[in-house]
Amino acid sequence: MIDLLQATVNSPGTTSASYLPIGLQVLFVVGLVGFLLIITHFLGPKRQTAEKLETFAGGIASHGDARQPMAINYFLVAILFVLFDVEIIFFYPYAINFRALGWDGFWAVMMFVSFFLCGFIYIIKKGALIWED
Amino acid sequence: MDLMVIDIWLIIEKLALVAIVVSISLLIAMYSTYAERKVAAYLQDRRGPNRAGPFGILQPLADGGKLFFKEEIIPLTSSKFLFVLGPALAMITALMTSAVIPWGGTLNWFERNISLQIADINIGVLYIFGVISLSVYGIMIGGWASNNKFSLLAGIRGASQMISYELAMGLTLIALLMLTGSLKMSVIVEQQINGPWNIVYQPLGFLVFFICALAETNRTPFDLPEAENELNFGYHQEYSSMKLGFYLFAEYIAMFISSAIMATLYFGGYDIPFVNESSLSASIGHNLVTILGGFALLLKVSFFLFVFIWIRWTIPRFRYDQLMNLGWKKLIPLALFNMVITAVVILLLDK
Amino acid sequence: MTIIQILFWLLSALVLLSAIMVVINRHPVYSVIWLIITFFGISGHYILLNAQFLAVVNIIVYAGAIMVLFLFVIMLMNLNKDMEPQKSKWLKLVGAIACGCLLLVLIAALKDIDINNQIAETNTGNIGLIENLGTVLFTKYVIPFEISSILFLSAMIGAVVIGKKD
Repeated sequence: MIDLLQATVNSPGTTSASYLPIGLQVLFVVGLVGFLLIITHFLGPKRQTAEKLETFAGGIASHGDARQPMAINYFLVAILFVLFDVEIIFFYPYAINFRALGWDGFWAVMMFVSFFLCGFIYIIKKGALIWED
Repeated sequence: MDLMVIDIWLIIEKLALVAIVVSISLLIAMYSTYAERKVAAYLQDRRGPNRAGPFGILQPLADGGKLFFKEEIIPLTSSKFLFVLGPALAMITALMTSAVIPWGGTLNWFERNISLQIADINIGVLYIFGVISLSVYGIMIGGWASNNKFSLLAGIRGASQMISYELAMGLTLIALLMLTGSLKMSVIVEQQINGPWNIVYQPLGFLVFFICALAETNRTPFDLPEAENELNFGYHQEYSSMKLGFYLFAEYIAMFISSAIMATLYFGGYDIPFVNESSLSASIGHNLVTILGGFALLLKVSFFLFVFIWIRWTIPRFRYDQLMNLGWKKLIPLALFNMVITAVVILLLDK
Repeated sequence: MTIIQILFWLLSALVLLSAIMVVINRHPVYSVIWLIITFFGISGHYILLNAQFLAVVNIIVYAGAIMVLFLFVIMLMNLNKDMEPQKSKWLKLVGAIACGCLLLVLIAALKDIDINNQIAETNTGNIGLIENLGTVLFTKYVIPFEISSILFLSAMIGAVVIGKKD
């Protein structure tokens, strides 16, 4: 107990003890949200009819199930997002250290960026992000 | 044993801080709805809410109270558990971001140095990035669980919009981090107190970040998930009672938090402009300067909140293809360009 | 028991439980949600080891990006029924054999590990901090770093080729 908490005082931010307050906040926020959800569940009136429990489709009767296959563009955006996201994460350790790494590190990252750009231009040229069709 | 006593105080102090920060987030979110209606009224030459209390100042309380006493409707065809989980996740992620923002310096109280930052972690900026990346779930799960075509479409739209703008946001932050050399929010603010604000070096970065913040919070001109003329009411159309309230509240809290992030990263955080903090604290005391700094941050945040609202009532909504083109084909190359230029300039100047 | 040990056991229990729930849950969306919880548990372990950067990257990349993709795919495929389709007996048998082989390999690999000489640097170890990771990544491991960019490029091309048929 002592060693975990004492570390916060010595060097802030560099030990896992600095995450303790975040844990506290998670507990607090989850508790608050759960509490509000439960309270409003009991406070409101309950006069439910069959029409009320239907899904709303702007006044007309809703047809069929909503869960149907979607346009592939959305999948493509999600896949490309994952790839670019990982590449961007790679830049973070560089950004923190780049003064120390100097020009060597810069050219290494430039090579990475050029591959990034190649992929990016390929995607644009192939029309993977065209939505107008 | 002496140490144990101090440690329990640390936990109590942090819990109190968490409670205060969460309450202030909720309060400011409530009054942003009021500000939104008042500003809209002013821009449209109306009066806005003026019945509840003087100048309608109690209107948010009435609105919030109403949500508690509304009937809770869960459609029969929906997935019940996920239907409740969606808004809860939206609210939790919105409230979690505030953990790493320094709301002020330190307070000297009973011989204890109380930091006004909940957690000063080594990877502060990435923590924000992480929580933002999780905020997609609230919209997606809620939209899908409703089992309504409009909700589903809005949820998918919202999710792809948010992930697209997350990329540009991550890239702009890198240029900023090259400048600061640290991910710790407290260090970033300290550097700005002792030197010029980051906006001076990163005007382009700030512009991209601001646009991304608009898109991440689903504010106009990027409010396609809530486009009522196309999608009835958006991803929360089946929701009622507090669950609807959570979605609406999460949006305003996200607006407040992203304003605070912009103020912290680019506009000096709790730095009081044109004032030398150390000489001021010698004359009026350390605690007072900290409190004034906190107010300075809140003033900056209010300004950004005003800009958010101003934009909403001025600019029309994008079409979906325009939105995606802006995010992918303009902002990402711009942010990448900004990053490379920043790196080259800093390396040349360091020589 | 120190508080770190208590947290370790709690997190391990959470990770194992949620990983089991991923497998036995019949509804794919719930499986994904359990998997997200698993990733959070693993991030908790990283934090206990003071690998802060890995912890947050695990959340950003796995919980925040890859799981979003999974949800996209599951939500938008035609999943009208709440149950996954029943597989044939042969398929189940093949699956069991394949997983058994994997288990055997894992056991064989872990059998010879000398646990006693490995000390986990809990709490104060600093190799997982972003400053140290960055230095190592861009000096010692700069070639694998460049190669990974080629991997990304090929993944992008693959995604576009499969996703965009014209």
